[in-house]
Amino acid sequence: MGYSWNWGVFLQPSATGDDTYLGWMFYGFKMTIGLSLSAWLIALLLGALVGVLRSVPSKTLSGLAMAYVELFRNIPLLVQLFLWYFVLPELLPKGLGDAFKQSNPIVQQFVSSMVCLGLFTSARVAEQVRSGINSLPPGQKNAALAIGFTLPQTYRFVLLPMAFRLVVPPLTSEFLNIFKNSAVCSTIGLLELAAEGRQLVDYTAQPYESFIAVTLAYMLINVVVMFGMRWVEAHVRIPGYIGGH
Amino acid sequence: MYEFDWSSIPGALPFLIQGMGVSLEITITAIIVGIIWGTLLAMMRLSSIKPLSWFAAGYVNLFRAIPLVMVLLWFFLIVPHLLESIFGFPRGSDMRLGSAITGFALFEAAYYSEIIRAGIQSVPKGQMAAANALGMTYGQTMRLVVLPQAFRNMVPLLLTQAIILFQDTSLVYVSALADFFGTAAKVGDRDGRLVEMLLFAGAVYFVICFAVSQLVRYYQKKLKTA
Repeated sequence: MGYSWNWGVFLQPSATGDDTYLGWMFYGFKMTIGLSLSAWLIALLLGALVGVLRSVPSKTLSGLAMAYVELFRNIPLLVQLFLWYFVLPELLPKGLGDAFKQSNPIVQQFVSSMVCLGLFTSARVAEQVRSGINSLPPGQKNAALAIGFTLPQTYRFVLLPMAFRLVVPPLTSEFLNIFKNSAVCSTIGLLELAAEGRQLVDYTAQPYESFIAVTLAYMLINVVVMFGMRWVEAHVRIPGYIGGH
Repeated sequence: MYEFDWSSIPGALPFLIQGMGVSLEITITAIIVGIIWGTLLAMMRLSSIKPLSWFAAGYVNLFRAIPLVMVLLWFFLIVPHLLESIFGFPRGSDMRLGSAITGFALFEAAYYSEIIRAGIQSVPKGQMAAANALGMTYGQTMRLVVLPQAFRNMVPLLLTQAIILFQDTSLVYVSALADFFGTAAKVGDRDGRLVEMLLFAGAVYFVICFAVSQLVRYYQKKLKTA
């Protein structure tokens, strides 16, 4: 079909001259990993908090937590990203918004992407945490309250230690998703893996090699995360639960 | 403080509605093709013929490992060239909508097949054995006994996946196709009212997705009590 394959293209010096095309890809790879891991940190912390709030008896607190989850689950990720990146700086008080707009563009893109991915994923993490807490036998909570624990103590010493371990297997797929979702951030110009792939197509005119390389890189991330999470799952498994669950 | 000016929205409504038409067209075609292809994949995966089940497993794992954005870029940048050189389509013919729909359908089929596989496995084994004992062929057993029960249980999950799919259609932005979100962003850019248009688009998505997800919840409750 007249296409000349050239895998050596990755070792050629890039258009800017200071790197190879492989170096570009590696930069994107590091960006994807850094973005996803920092967003995951936000997602875990906020998700755990919101998930716990959804299960507390107070109607106000659980209602607020539910509104949070519904808000972030029912707006597409791309729209949320644009809202963080284009809209929020305009709505902030003038000094703060201007400070953001005058900062390094890479920092702007990274911070918006990180916050967006983190909050988007935190709503999903919160749902898993809530269902983990709800799946515990109600007797555990009642027993803790009956022997005189306060509600915070019940959560701290009885419910959460169990729930957080139960919730690890379902969180694996959310962790995988955050890497895949990070590709959306290429739309605001963040040079992560997918964006570098696109750039390589433009600069090298070797579209197949570039795209195959990027696709393989995502599959590599997927496999590494899966094995890593399997190891974590084995270590937090609760004895006596079926399949550790 | 930012001063809002919503005046460009009423004039843009016809374009936005047209864009929503494109979004819905992609969603609905991808759901239909995705469920049919996903059912076939799920049956292959559970089949006793090894090569079929390997193929289905490979397909599903491949598509679940790569981001949707990458799949769309493949179908936007690479596949049209491939088709041009294989079938001799005229160069530069606009295949964006077609390739976006194909990309979505193939991608979603992988996710649907996992839901459907779980649904098929949730039907008690005795049903299959009973149908066999009555002399039904494999095709008849699947079509008349197993799949109707499986789909009944799957409806909430399939609908939830449909909501996710509808949200994901906004990603055709990468191929500059004028779906609802793409139109909103374009009009916002043109009028210098990006802030208002993006907020409006977010609100519209929220209302639609929230309403459908409440319907799913209601249906789920009814299914449980029935």
